[in-house]
Amino acid sequence: MSENVRDAGFDDLLDAIEADEGFYLRCANGHGSLPPRRACPHCGDQHLTEEPLAESGEIETYTVINITTPEFEEDTPYVTAIVDFGPVRLTGQVRGIDPDDVSTGLVVGPSIEQTATMGERLVVFRPR
Amino acid sequence: MTTVRVAGVGLTPFGEQPERTARDLFAEAGLAAIDDAGVDSGDIEALFYGNFMGEMAEHQGHQGPLMAEAVGLDVPATRYEAACASSGVAMRQAVRTLRNGEADVLLVGGAERMNNLGTAGATEALAIAADDLYEVRAGMTFPGAYALMARAYFDEFGGTREDLAHIAVKNHENALPNEYAQFRKAISVDQALTAPMIASPLGLFDACPITDGASAVVLASEDYAKNHDIEATVAVTGTGQGGDKMALQDRGDLATSPAADKAAKQAYEDADISAKDVDVAEVHDCFTIAEVLAIESLGFFERGEGISAARDGKTTRDGTLPVNLSGGLKAKGHPVGATGTAQIAEMTKLLRGDHARSDAIPGADVGVCHNAGGTVGSAVVHVLEVVE
Ligand SMILES: [Zn+2]
Repeated sequence: MSENVRDAGFDDLLDAIEADEGFYLRCANGHGSLPPRRACPHCGDQHLTEEPLAESGEIETYTVINITTPEFEEDTPYVTAIVDFGPVRLTGQVRGIDPDDVSTGLVVGPSIEQTATMGERLVVFRPR
Repeated sequence: MTTVRVAGVGLTPFGEQPERTARDLFAEAGLAAIDDAGVDSGDIEALFYGNFMGEMAEHQGHQGPLMAEAVGLDVPATRYEAACASSGVAMRQAVRTLRNGEADVLLVGGAERMNNLGTAGATEALAIAADDLYEVRAGMTFPGAYALMARAYFDEFGGTREDLAHIAVKNHENALPNEYAQFRKAISVDQALTAPMIASPLGLFDACPITDGASAVVLASEDYAKNHDIEATVAVTGTGQGGDKMALQDRGDLATSPAADKAAKQAYEDADISAKDVDVAEVHDCFTIAEVLAIESLGFFERGEGISAARDGKTTRDGTLPVNLSGGLKAKGHPVGATGTAQIAEMTKLLRGDHARSDAIPGADVGVCHNAGGTVGSAVVHVLEVVE
């Protein structure tokens, strides 16, 4: 939570998405996962390689959040979605579209933006 | 292996009691359980205690010894934390300890103080049951997470907000005579459907309230109960626990709860029963959709059929399998760390025949309690049976 200390792996992934070089981790058995990982959460394999994350994915499920935590108070209402990128899914907020128009199956691309309340980095999906 | 008996149970009223400390809440429930059991408190050998947000709510860690002290016990005491399944896992560890022959009498319970945090503070404290990096930082809340599962369920199996509303209506109705319940007020389907949205498709009446409260259970070995003339007609005959990936994004499927599937299978095998033997259930309905996932995982309904069970009258008080006769988390309240053993307390009373809703299940002798942690990253199931 400290402003000066990075979360290794996770912040690296956010940097990479910001540079349009998003990645995921792939084990020898083809399972996808996200960093930081030393072992595949699906099979325990320890041979993980970085593979490019697809440029876009489909919204698998979403919700418009009206009641939230103090850290997101000024962001409300916002859309939180789980987006399917094939080997991995990623959770983030959907922006650039009216919340009422969001639907499952909508094709979106990932970016890194800031929260309105705290100015913290977060994963954002915008329609592609 | 001894048969584990429920010797006594105790609850505080559930509700808004922001000024009461967790130690005071637990003392009330714990002493009530000891009194109900009729055991000499000097015979209690350890405390297994569940709590989730003590650090955030009261700036209090290391609650085990504090809570033993609160009920006047000088025994080893350990806090178990598994989000909303905290006292469910405490219960499971106590059952296993008794079965191992390592003790004859144990106190199990849990407490949670939540309302002193306010709505935003409690929402924040609950959110940390999710993955901080990948879910909390994306603004996912606890209701938000269940909303994601509700939409996934609707997409995969069908179902509507109206189906969910019937679950809320049922559980509010069940809570009416429960003196420990937070909400003793009937609601209508229409009221549920027109209530403000918290996280679409879940509205205010799809969610459990923020609750302060505590619960406790005294467990005893069969020999102890016999030798001390303790009347304990209900036994814990099965226990099971399952786990799953922490973040929803890492789960295989968002419309089911595999951790509960595993916990149920294990508990049924342990008790040597099957789903069709169950007469009554208390399940973890922190949100209406959670009750749907629970009753499917417990094998009472096929996938996709749990959504209409309340609407069709199958899980209502006069249905074939009454679910959440206590009012459930939805209406009874959900002091998270206290919920698992509160379900055990309610079920024990239902089966003993001294619960306000016992008349709904005359002759029932098999009950199941299902307690879920977070978005069912943890699940604990217990089977309780009348054994005389
Ligand atoms: Zn793998």
